[in-house]
Amino acid sequence: MLIKVRKSWELKDSDVTAQSLYLNRRQIMAGAGIAIATAALPSLAFGKAYDSAVKTKYGDDETLTSFKDITSYNNFYEFGTDKRDPSRTARALTTKPWSIKVEGECNKPGTYNLEDILKNQTVEERVYRLRCVEAWSMVIPWNGIPMANILSQFEPNSNAKYVQFDTLFRPEEMWGQKRRFLTWPYQEALRMDEAMHPLTLAAIGLYGDTLPKQNGAPIRLVVPWKYGFKSIKSIVAIRFTRRRPKTSWNMMNAREYGFYANVNPAVDHPRWAQDRERRIGDFFKTDTKLFNGYASEVASLYDGMNLRTNY
Amino acid sequence: MKAAVKSALKNKAAKPVVWLVCLTPLTYLVAIGPDGWGANPVEMFNRFLGDWGLRGILLTLCITPLAKITGQPGILRFRRLIGLFAFAYVCLHLSSYVVFDQFFDVAAIWKDIVKRNFITVGMISFVLLVPLAVTSTQGFKRRLGARGWQRLHRLIYVIAMGAVLHNIMMVKANYTEATIHAVILAALLGWRISQSAHRMSISGKQPEISA
Repeated sequence: MLIKVRKSWELKDSDVTAQSLYLNRRQIMAGAGIAIATAALPSLAFGKAYDSAVKTKYGDDETLTSFKDITSYNNFYEFGTDKRDPSRTARALTTKPWSIKVEGECNKPGTYNLEDILKNQTVEERVYRLRCVEAWSMVIPWNGIPMANILSQFEPNSNAKYVQFDTLFRPEEMWGQKRRFLTWPYQEALRMDEAMHPLTLAAIGLYGDTLPKQNGAPIRLVVPWKYGFKSIKSIVAIRFTRRRPKTSWNMMNAREYGFYANVNPAVDHPRWAQDRERRIGDFFKTDTKLFNGYASEVASLYDGMNLRTNY
Repeated sequence: MKAAVKSALKNKAAKPVVWLVCLTPLTYLVAIGPDGWGANPVEMFNRFLGDWGLRGILLTLCITPLAKITGQPGILRFRRLIGLFAFAYVCLHLSSYVVFDQFFDVAAIWKDIVKRNFITVGMISFVLLVPLAVTSTQGFKRRLGARGWQRLHRLIYVIAMGAVLHNIMMVKANYTEATIHAVILAALLGWRISQSAHRMSISGKQPEISA
């Protein structure tokens, strides 16, 4: 008999707000608002996009990194290599309309509008730790949808062993792409079981509001147990493949950036000691945990694998 | 014009002006405050102070060619001051790493020096720079003799190459600034090589002339 044990981050059906209801929340509230004292109205009228995102228990014990730090300290080389560059120049990016091209080993390839992909999906809030390979970290309240719910819409077939993601290539809006810092478009990939893991998120917001452009608007990947560079931003292509796809940083320097890039304090990086990290906002470093503290959920994905050689 | 520059260099106010110029990066760092330091002040301090330490070394190496090319030997009297400022920025850079980044964690620092090549190179360059700062006084110049002092201070070429290499090796993807530093150093060392080649060709011919 199969007994389903609900994990801490999983939702009960009763917790879920249907996207249709969620999208209509303003009309519903506007209706209710007539009956409510007028003083309460401004906060409703100017509410944030994902204020009503379903809360999950993730990150309950964590102190959130400030909105300012999350949105002004970004590695997004499409907008320059200085971490302050994206917050200064990402406004040039057009995120509407946005479509995603789906290709490869699946039953429903094609080009989809982002709104269609997000239709009927429940937006959740997930407070995740983000650990950069540069030995700093943040705690970010994402708003998003489990990536599995996105990918399953395209019905990947049994040949799909990996899924590859591409970032937008649009040098006229992303000035960093005029320089060859990396091979453009930026591309990342996950093994299918990693991509379908319940922790893996397709983020469309943070701090309850639409995703800022410097953080990868309008939709990005968030894989909290891997170094940040795996969590590709501003996704325009999803490709289901049989073979392991090439990934940007790995192509640039394979010795320093592995395909798996799982957070692992025991596997040193040639440039940065990985046993500790500086949480943005803290002075003293904290110990880095295996799989960024998500080992109980994800370690089984790598059973029998040598994490030192498969870094 | 040349005479005006010459007298300006000799002016009593010249040294305080050089002091002020050399203090500008540090003043800027303090003036921008927490807002300007951004989300990761430790990283910001490390990089800013390291950049200016390296630029200070390059500036020091500019003095002799500048004096020769412009025919203004008066510039030379600022070389020691600028060199010591470069050393001061390098010391602040190292302090920022030891105090802010590692908080005196000797084991972690040692591991970095041994395991991370760019830190190995940076630390060797620093160790070599110390004797140059110590022997920069007139007293040491006398004790070592002009030739001995000059031989010791030629270490600056090795140190500058080490510093530029340290800079290049810490870059992840954008080599623009590190390349500019490297090109400037190459030009400064190239000028010295051509000068000494010129001197050697002259002294090589001398016996023939006298003979």
